[in-house]
Amino acid sequence: MSSSAAATDLHAPERAGDYTSTGLPTGRVAIWWFLASEIAIFGGAVACYLLYRLHHPEWAEQAAHTVNAAGAFNTVVLLTSSLSAVLAHHAAEQGDGKTAARWINWTVLGGLVFLGVKAWEYAHEIGAGLVPAKSLFWSFYFLLTGLHALHVIGGMTALYVVGRGAARGQHLGRVELAAIYWHFVDVVWIFLFPLLYIAS
Amino acid sequence: MLWDLPRALSSFASDIDRHMALIYWICGIWFLVAEAVLLWLAVRYRQSAHAAAGWLPGDTRSTNAWVLVPAALVLVCDMVIEFDSAVVWAKVKETTPPAELTVRVQGRQFAWVFTYPGPDAKFDTLDDITAAGTLRVPVGKVVKFELEAADVLHAFYVPELRLKQDAVPGRRIPGWFDVLQPAELTIACAELCGASHTYMKGTLLALPPAEFDQWLAAQSAPPPSTPPTATR
Amino acid sequence: MHDHAPSSFLRRYVFSTDHKVIGLQYMFTGLAMALLGGFLAYVMRSQLAHPGTPVAGFGTVSNAEYNAIVTLHGTIMVFWVAMPVLVAGFGNYLIPLLIGTDDMAFPKLNLMSFWTFFLSTVVLILSMFVPGGASGSGWTTYPPLSAKPAFTGVGLGLDLWIVAVALEFVAFLMGGVNFITTAINRRAKGMGLWDLPLFVWEEVIASIIFMLSVGPLVAGALMLLADRNLNTGFFDAAAGGDPLLFQHLFWFFGHPEVYVLLLPALGILAEVLTVCARKAIFGYRLIVWSTIVAGLLSFIVWAHHQFISGIDPRLASPFSLTTILISVPFAITLFCYMATLYQGSIRYTVAMLFAMAMLAEFLLGGVTGIINGSAAADIYVHDSYFVVAHFHYTLFPIVFLAPFAGFYHWYPKFFGRHLNHGLGLLHFYGTIVFFNLCFLPMFALGMMGHQRRIADPNAFGYLAHGQHYQQLATWGAIGLLVLQIPFIVNIFLSLRKGAPAEANPWRGTTLDWAVPSPPPHGNFEAPPVCYRGPYVYGVPGAADDFVPQHMPPGPGAPTARVPDGDAAQLAAAGSPVA
Repeated sequence: MSSSAAATDLHAPERAGDYTSTGLPTGRVAIWWFLASEIAIFGGAVACYLLYRLHHPEWAEQAAHTVNAAGAFNTVVLLTSSLSAVLAHHAAEQGDGKTAARWINWTVLGGLVFLGVKAWEYAHEIGAGLVPAKSLFWSFYFLLTGLHALHVIGGMTALYVVGRGAARGQHLGRVELAAIYWHFVDVVWIFLFPLLYIAS
Repeated sequence: MLWDLPRALSSFASDIDRHMALIYWICGIWFLVAEAVLLWLAVRYRQSAHAAAGWLPGDTRSTNAWVLVPAALVLVCDMVIEFDSAVVWAKVKETTPPAELTVRVQGRQFAWVFTYPGPDAKFDTLDDITAAGTLRVPVGKVVKFELEAADVLHAFYVPELRLKQDAVPGRRIPGWFDVLQPAELTIACAELCGASHTYMKGTLLALPPAEFDQWLAAQSAPPPSTPPTATR
Repeated sequence: MHDHAPSSFLRRYVFSTDHKVIGLQYMFTGLAMALLGGFLAYVMRSQLAHPGTPVAGFGTVSNAEYNAIVTLHGTIMVFWVAMPVLVAGFGNYLIPLLIGTDDMAFPKLNLMSFWTFFLSTVVLILSMFVPGGASGSGWTTYPPLSAKPAFTGVGLGLDLWIVAVALEFVAFLMGGVNFITTAINRRAKGMGLWDLPLFVWEEVIASIIFMLSVGPLVAGALMLLADRNLNTGFFDAAAGGDPLLFQHLFWFFGHPEVYVLLLPALGILAEVLTVCARKAIFGYRLIVWSTIVAGLLSFIVWAHHQFISGIDPRLASPFSLTTILISVPFAITLFCYMATLYQGSIRYTVAMLFAMAMLAEFLLGGVTGIINGSAAADIYVHDSYFVVAHFHYTLFPIVFLAPFAGFYHWYPKFFGRHLNHGLGLLHFYGTIVFFNLCFLPMFALGMMGHQRRIADPNAFGYLAHGQHYQQLATWGAIGLLVLQIPFIVNIFLSLRKGAPAEANPWRGTTLDWAVPSPPPHGNFEAPPVCYRGPYVYGVPGAADDFVPQHMPPGPGAPTARVPDGDAAQLAAAGSPVA
């Protein structure tokens, strides 16, 4: 899309990541700013939850109704999927799109398993009458995990699209961005799991 | 035109007015000086009066002082205002003088309801006296109030007293006021509370203490067997 | 360097990824919404001047309708006029030009951002026409009023309102990432951070403030939606929730939002003032640092909206202190702008008139802010017309005067033609006169005790002698609206009839003036190289009274990376004028 006449040092070609003012890849700069705004969203929601929680020690009793085993299993699943995301990134850096795509598929699979378990939990809880309107604890539980699940879906979609490109050897730089985003989704869960499932 | 305040009828109204006057003076002088300087610059340095502009990037320490010194003066004025503000605020909102009377004020869509503790001086007992619409208080006495909201946010507002406090569901917010002379004042709601927000009004009746005591005694007069009823 | 412009009309003007097209789309959507917001203001003012009398063009205003009009006027003017025009409109159009690149870092994201915004506009307008009516909970949408349809009778209208605002936030989050990344990474060769035109700094800092402050409110909007539709009790005291929590979430965003709007306006001002006064901006770095400090402070002032809201009264004085302190960095910025005029040679274009008026009017908004910011004075003025007058004296200059300045200034760049000067003057003087006529009386009304958001001032005895102020303000509002007609006529008339504009009609130094008017797809013929700071006007040793950023050093073009040195150094470094 750009004429790449590299005449002098100063008049090097523009556009499409050839030249950046800071030397950092543009996508990486963007994803970190994007994550900063995401942190503000989760930060706000989690801060609200913590403020209430500190005023309501009795919530610990309600938190006991969450399925710790499912939460712990999902934590392991997400951590494992983050590992495969790291491996995908590594492969992409070596220029090996095929391998990167394979690792990405594992990560997406991890996301699917996570969502499946989460769906089972929701069904189990709603079946037991533990709906969002049951109490403020359950309101927060569904708010925070629901918001997180939406991000899991978003991250999986991004990974899937990037993985398809990587399999054809295109846009390998994007593997890193999707992986960074997936790590973020993972880290959010690592905060949510103890706060919602096991804290007393 | 810019100082058309209602009468000041509480003992802290004059403090708030004096504080606002202080800000008016400080900010007014700053405003006029700044506008005058701006106008002078605008006229003096128009193209026809000053054909060639000078080079003055204002990046040396000596030129920075042109803006930093006035900014430091702004800071000093800020501190004066802030100090005075904190003193007045503490008097009105952070401390309550010994009160003669406690009233519970409840805002609800779209009316004010007032509850007096009755002869036993305790709320939530059978001898509580409830009055909707009109709050009677003795002149010159400190009245403590406990502000509640039944449904949505309201704000207890009496302009002549310089009294304003939001009422929040789930909270009982304490406050106080006094009325320095006999008066009939409007109680308004100053926080949007629904369609008829405008018409959520009450009356504050400041009565001479003897008259107030008489009224209060009359409210307690009905035989104790009947439950407390709303009276006007 | 530039690829060819897409040939189909749809790809070129509707679903374009070109930052200039997107910028204009944002601007004109904002302009259309401003007309709607202005109409609502007219209905509101007419009702207040003659309560109960049918308003021409609307009819009798019911109490619920009045609340809806108040709500929509505020919402539209902040989120659908100020944000698209100031942040997205000017930002999109100018940032790539000012930093010398061909487009935003992510053109497709930019396209998505605009159409998300457009969708939010549609949803908002839809919310006015659903059963139950539009939201009447104020632009602040405080629960519990907003949390249960039973309190207002508004059902779907308020849900759609929340969805619309949330979509709008999403659009600006996408835009924010783009702005920040673009300014960080796509600057022209040789353009350091201290060579950025102030407009770029202000837009970037505004975007950062927005992105870091809006998150909690996004969470709050979700909670409010859940309270309304899933019967949760996040803000319901009876269920253990707290109505005040929403206020904290709202104002943690709401106050920084004021600076999100103010900073781009100050950025426009910096560009217009320097070009029209032929002067270097005074204290460039001082302004940047002040803005950064103000941006940081803006995160710890929010509770000044809540002094009497029922928060612990001991919190008031600390927040009062931070609020009043934030006047210092902005005082520095305004003093720097005034010092910029000193020793200038001011050309009074219509843009410059609007810029000067913005300074003059904003001063009044600024000093009256001190009264609101003082906790003690706030006891009386809180939620009164004094506040209304104050924030219109800040926001009207920010949202209208500064963009007018920018629009008159860059119209030749946008469309390659000049706006009509006579119509511009009419627009300017009319706007200023009627603006003051509309809002000055509101200070007086506020002092009388006039509370906000009441549909009928006649209901209050203490306002009886203020009715003539109401009528003055209403005539001001009507005049203000009518005097926008010459502006709108001018925009469309000058598209065809305006005098052709050259690339650099105002003899400016920044890179936006280095491209043809209007700029072609891809902007620059060859990637520009930046050799110096943005405001080199009247520098000793220069051949002309301005030295563009992209002009290679040589005779008549001093090399110094000004504004870094003083006149003596420059004179020594630069070649004498031939």
